[in-house]
Amino acid sequence: MTVTDPTTAPIPSFDDEDEGGRKLVLICSKGSLDMAYPGLVLANAALGEGIETHIFFTFWGFEIINKKTMGDLKFVAMGNPATHMPNAVMGLPGMTAVSTKMMRKQIADLDIPEVPEFLDIIHASGGHLWACRMSADMMKLTEDDLYEGVEGIISATDFMELSEGAQTLFI
Amino acid sequence: MPVATMQGREIHVDEEGFLTDPTEWDEELAKQLATNIGLELTDRHYEVIRFARADAAEQGETPTLRRMQATGGFPTKELFQLFPKKPAKKLSYVAGLQKPVGCV
Repeated sequence: MTVTDPTTAPIPSFDDEDEGGRKLVLICSKGSLDMAYPGLVLANAALGEGIETHIFFTFWGFEIINKKTMGDLKFVAMGNPATHMPNAVMGLPGMTAVSTKMMRKQIADLDIPEVPEFLDIIHASGGHLWACRMSADMMKLTEDDLYEGVEGIISATDFMELSEGAQTLFI
Repeated sequence: MPVATMQGREIHVDEEGFLTDPTEWDEELAKQLATNIGLELTDRHYEVIRFARADAAEQGETPTLRRMQATGGFPTKELFQLFPKKPAKKLSYVAGLQKPVGCV
């Protein structure tokens, strides 16, 4: 195929306008290293596609935005059949540290950032981070305890307003 | 693969319009590519583009936004301003590079 007129050369369709109304809400409810990444990776990808993106952290998901824990999430292999390791072994003392270290290395080898840096990237890309009111109250945490990019601690009702018309994923 | 004629010469592109041969690119062509997607290039755009091309030539793949920040020193926020909505894709298109392939 030869295109001689530059105006008919293929031009990537970035569909800027089409994405205008698309909105993604991710609910992060888990606090383990392996369950933190799906939400962060999807949020980052959505932002890179120009999609309005919100992450709502609830219950154990607070581990991801709690300044004390965000850099130190763990991967527990025991009880996870996908590791194909016997529970009798994975339940031994120190195994969580070993499996966490292994997973961290695998993630780093793929040049994927650690959780705090990933939050920085998502925040800088215009992603919105929210924390759940009930979880904050239960864990006696305030905004001061949370990652700076968290815009607010909001109620379930606020969440309903926020997620109106959005594609929503519970992780 | 389509061959487009831009700036009076043949340019090899893929089905979407991304250049397949980075050596066919020059800074004048970047201007045309930018116009194609509604962007007007500033000196700062060119700084970003030059780094992306140099890094891609060295690494063999289009840099991710994270790499653009960590290695190139271009803040993610600014890249979103320079190449609105889809910075990684728009930057690679204008810079004559392939779309980034990784998830992050």
